[in-house]
Amino acid sequence: MNIWDPTHECISRDELEQLQLERLQATINRVHKNVVHYRKKFNELGIIPEDIVSLEDLSKLPLTSKDDINCNYPYGMFAVPLREVVRIHSSSGTGSKPMVAGYTKNDIRIWSNLVARFMTAASVTRDDLVQVAFHYGLFTGAFGLHYGAETIGASVIPMGTGNTERQIMIMQDYKSTVLVSTPSYALELAYRMEHLGINPKSLSLKVGLFGGEPWSENMRSEIEQGLAINATDNYGLSEIIGPGIAGECSCKKGLHIYEDAFLPEIIDPDTGKVLPTGTEGELVITTLTKEAFPLIRYRTRDITSLNYKPCDCGRTLVRMKRISGRSDDMLIIRGVNVYPSQIEEAVYGAAQGEAPYQILVERIGAMDSMEVIIEVTDKIFSLELQKQRSFLESVKKRINTITGIHAYVKLVEAKSIPRQDGKIKKVLDKRHI
Amino acid sequence: MLRIKNINTYYGQVHALKNVSLHLAEGEIVTLIGANGAGKTTLLNSLSGIVPPKSGQILFNDTEINHLEAHKIVRLGVSQVPEGRQVFKPLSVEDNLELGAYLNYRVKDGKAQSKKYMGMVYDLFPILRQRRKQLAGTLSGGEQQMLAIGRALMAKPRLLLLDEPSMGLAPMIVQEILKVIADLSREKKTTLLLVEQNARAALKIAHRGYVLETGRLILEGTADELLENKDVQRAYLGRDKKEIWER
Repeated sequence: MNIWDPTHECISRDELEQLQLERLQATINRVHKNVVHYRKKFNELGIIPEDIVSLEDLSKLPLTSKDDINCNYPYGMFAVPLREVVRIHSSSGTGSKPMVAGYTKNDIRIWSNLVARFMTAASVTRDDLVQVAFHYGLFTGAFGLHYGAETIGASVIPMGTGNTERQIMIMQDYKSTVLVSTPSYALELAYRMEHLGINPKSLSLKVGLFGGEPWSENMRSEIEQGLAINATDNYGLSEIIGPGIAGECSCKKGLHIYEDAFLPEIIDPDTGKVLPTGTEGELVITTLTKEAFPLIRYRTRDITSLNYKPCDCGRTLVRMKRISGRSDDMLIIRGVNVYPSQIEEAVYGAAQGEAPYQILVERIGAMDSMEVIIEVTDKIFSLELQKQRSFLESVKKRINTITGIHAYVKLVEAKSIPRQDGKIKKVLDKRHI
Repeated sequence: MLRIKNINTYYGQVHALKNVSLHLAEGEIVTLIGANGAGKTTLLNSLSGIVPPKSGQILFNDTEINHLEAHKIVRLGVSQVPEGRQVFKPLSVEDNLELGAYLNYRVKDGKAQSKKYMGMVYDLFPILRQRRKQLAGTLSGGEQQMLAIGRALMAKPRLLLLDEPSMGLAPMIVQEILKVIADLSREKKTTLLLVEQNARAALKIAHRGYVLETGRLILEGTADELLENKDVQRAYLGRDKKEIWER
């Protein structure tokens, strides 16, 4: 059986709930003591830690949003002094400032073991060669999978992103057996191999672990055919821990949430009320083991539903459905989280005032592309050609600084972007996933 | 085997345990870490029925024991080794042990059973066999601690509660006692809840641990995790020499 931690992954519901309650109470005691933000929020609602006597009481506690994290930028939500933090990662916030996540030594170890769970479920063993085609840096993806693979004892090829032909060369020569990337990049690899006339069956590749962006069953079968592998899904969120919140088992009927470390709830994104089991809604997560950056009822903004029925694989942990959408306007471009508000900030900043614009997202081949179309305003029109060009450059640069991705920027005639009821649809997402 | 949910214990007006939830699996060694006055001993006393909790639930092998009297809890298989040993000093070692087996005197062939258990205790602590006729008050601190543990074992507990077994003892003796405790779990499959000032030593033999702070549990984790935790290190493990040098 491919189970990394049977004690926790196959725990009975009864024992799990006891463990969750203990860890929840300990976490609440810690954040109440160490994090000003939570103490203030609890006080406003007149809640003391002793009010939480069951898992159901969780719903008495306030929800935590990205805005809360932004207000406490950068380290305000940490529950330990900074010198106990051994790692810092970050991901996009809604504004120009990112969200910062810290890890203690224990956090890193727990994280590695959580990732090892879904890697093991995907049949990765110590005999495997894992090619990590995620970007190494502030993003959590690459490091999470890297540590997970090392914990299992597999060999890691820390490839990073880009340079598709070199990826393929290494895949062929080093005989990688496992691919870690975004699903769209896996497709890109498949297309490129077809173009180069490489038979995927000639590779040693057998498994792909894909995450970082939403994908579909259609994409899965396309990847599985194009690369001749078994493609599995996993779920993570930088603020919470990175990859390792949930992962698919061999049944591929939903992703098991590692409930001994994360307590999931489904809420109505509009009212914030907890929805009955099985209903679709926004996923809310409370961390149960995190030391440096614990989160109480964090709104993931991802839409899914939970299934508590036992799974054929033997794991007792709840399964979440593939993410079906977002309850905010965040875009995921090539695995990077981008908020329209960030783009607006870049455009208005460069234009030194409001300028009508539209964000156009498309999928060209397998890869996402983002184009920002700006209407010429009088102010921009009056500029010389040279200055117009430098204006475009500066928008591009600002977008890249804030979001970390490259966007195409072009100017169009005034009033040429179609309007509905006099308003421009600011985001036009033409992707079919 | 043991499952505690939300117990609250008071000493008069003092709220000593606040919503404590904790569990022990069969055969586990779990240690409670915390400063003086955090509520560690109170937790043991609440378990054994000496200071019953005001609210909450204690399940021992699915039996609710939070309303039971102390002697009934012993009968179910929970024995406590009290802080400061509390042996009966004017009695001999053997008599002390027999008192630990008072439950057996009500049953048929109880006497034979007590003999058997006593033999087991003497095998664990051979020094007690040598001293069996001696008055408990004349034993050294370490020997008294062994006797206190032996006395608790005479009731053949399934869960043993140990309160500060290393208190006031020489490091060599502490090593010996902790080794016996580890053996009890490994060989006799006794489940152990261990309260220890010497957190480092306790975490070395424990599987898991909980950290208590002013009556509240603030951390649960494996022994390795707690050893790595900076809060635990700073508050309960003492500074390493190296760290002092660096300052």
